[in-house]
Amino acid sequence: MPDKPMTPETLVQVSDMRVHFPVSKGILWRRRHLAVRAVDGISFDVRPGETLGLVGESGCGKSTTGRAILQLYRPTSGSVLFDGQELTQLRGEELRRARRKMQMIFQDPYASLNPRMTISDIVGEPLEIHKLATGKAKLERVQELLSMVGLSPYFATRYPHEFSGGQRQRIGIARALAASPLFVVCDEPISALDVSIQAQIINLLMDLQSQLNLTYLLIAHDLSVVRHISDRIAVMYLGKIVELAERAALHRSPMHPYTQALLSAVPIPNPKTERQRRRILLTGDVPSPINPPSGCRFRTRCWRAQERCAAEEPAFLEQADAHWVACHFPST
Amino acid sequence: MSALLQVTDLRTLFHTDMGTVRAVDGVSFFLNEGEKLGIVGESGCGKSVSMLSIMKLIPQPPGEIASGSAVFEGRDLLRLDESEMDRVRAKDIAMIFQDPMTSLNPVLTIGRQLTEAAEIHLGMSPEQARRHAIDLLRQVNVPAADQRLNEYPHQFSGGMRQRVMIAMAISCHPKVLIADEPTTALDVTIQAQIIELVKRLGEELGMAVIWITHDLGVVAGLCDRVQVMYAGRIVESASVDELYEHPAHPYTLGLMGSLPRLDGQPKARLLTIPGLPPDLIHMPEGCAFSPRCPFVHERCEQERPSLERVAEGHVAACWLSIEEIEARRGSLVVEDRTPHGRGDENA
Repeated sequence: MPDKPMTPETLVQVSDMRVHFPVSKGILWRRRHLAVRAVDGISFDVRPGETLGLVGESGCGKSTTGRAILQLYRPTSGSVLFDGQELTQLRGEELRRARRKMQMIFQDPYASLNPRMTISDIVGEPLEIHKLATGKAKLERVQELLSMVGLSPYFATRYPHEFSGGQRQRIGIARALAASPLFVVCDEPISALDVSIQAQIINLLMDLQSQLNLTYLLIAHDLSVVRHISDRIAVMYLGKIVELAERAALHRSPMHPYTQALLSAVPIPNPKTERQRRRILLTGDVPSPINPPSGCRFRTRCWRAQERCAAEEPAFLEQADAHWVACHFPST
Repeated sequence: MSALLQVTDLRTLFHTDMGTVRAVDGVSFFLNEGEKLGIVGESGCGKSVSMLSIMKLIPQPPGEIASGSAVFEGRDLLRLDESEMDRVRAKDIAMIFQDPMTSLNPVLTIGRQLTEAAEIHLGMSPEQARRHAIDLLRQVNVPAADQRLNEYPHQFSGGMRQRVMIAMAISCHPKVLIADEPTTALDVTIQAQIIELVKRLGEELGMAVIWITHDLGVVAGLCDRVQVMYAGRIVESASVDELYEHPAHPYTLGLMGSLPRLDGQPKARLLTIPGLPPDLIHMPEGCAFSPRCPFVHERCEQERPSLERVAEGHVAACWLSIEEIEARRGSLVVEDRTPHGRGDENA
């Protein structure tokens, strides 16, 4: 395996992480046990105080990556260091203690709040689990959290159904912040919301980050959103990170053909720009993660693919300063 | 030249236990031959319901088309009987939807579903219809078309299913294709393929397209003209260039400012539209956008503005003139409360 991108300071360090989900195909005597290789050997780090954007299309393994870092899925192999501690080895109480410092904001604010719990119970639950506050102190903290996310403290006694999608997402954010985490995985935090509400949540996430010095892993399919919030961006395709760079470098000079195609496919709300743009149209669909193509996984849709791409998997290499790419023929 | 489709004062209501929902509340617009019209708005603004009303696909009850007309080639669609409407839906105006899986029959092969319309409406023999179906699949770039005819919808990916839906829609050479968020469920690289496909087909077949979306980016690249809807009404309509350069309604301004965009300033605070989309049962007295409008004044809360001309081919429903809007536009730029703005990509 190639070396992972090393930096002086890291909060989260993921090394050669794999997450495979077993599946069975066929019947009885012809039953075959296979694996969906959702995440198939990725390495990256997250630096304290930054937002690392993880972008890719459906099924590329970006959400699985986020969950596996938090040990919501246990990685099949590889290592996840969080604040110097190896998470993949932790069990039970130890893991619970480690989890206080890392939280998650979910995509669907309708599915991620228990309809039978009051807002106070939902937001206060992490405080109880980690024995941080009870009784009056807990209620005060809940009210403080609600104000922090732009909700009235009086909402504490209400139930989720009384709130709109945007308000629910704020409640989910308040819950994630309850135990004062260092690191928050934001998994598609705005994609279930109405356009006019999305901006409110993006602004809120950015404000909270600077107020509380949070570190984000932002998982999203929308490159415009990822670019807006992130300091560095990692692009995933079929279980692999194909490119990782500073935001500006990735936007200005993408090296991997998939990143180039992705960037060119994002619509820009300006008719004049749109008329002048030349789109790279990919052909075909994403192959199955059960049986990914040999060599480079993108080669079946890549216009630069050559024989070598089928034979040999490209290593994830630093092609320019802090600009990592897994491609035999990167644009430089 | 008169319009291909002229919709006038369309009102669609839904009678529910909670009260009457005014889903479409007096919508008038036209569509020219071969034109690509974008209809933009958030969920619940009436963009889909207005199109479903024209196609007479609104279940009645609980729905009710309370008034209006939709004149297509001299005939008012809203007055046609079901069998005449069937023919219109097959041959004149086709529609595709967001989720192609729910629009395809899971127990019939793609071939069966594609040949049905050709046999019924074009009077083709089964063999002719099969060749026609293969042609259609080739037109929408489905590889190995003759083999894929024998497959079922679940064997197709999302993007391929949407291609099949488009093939089905263009089967009888319609003059209008209504596309209701057809790419919302698809990945962005697949979306780009579908948009390119619809553009090409529109030109090849001389077909007009109505593209319903919440995405101002998609409209910019695809459409000739745009209509912005809010709370069951059209609040602004113009050519794409005019609308993106001189938005004349505060809601349009808000929508544009709230988008994180690939050509924008990273980490900048986005403009937000405060509050929530309106409750269509209890609509405010005056302008429906007034509770969320940064430029609201007394008149807005009492009287509802109608669509007025602001420039050639550009109408907006706002009491403020375009000069006043443009003068106040600057005040909308939110102060950067936190030290985010350090990106310089577009400086």
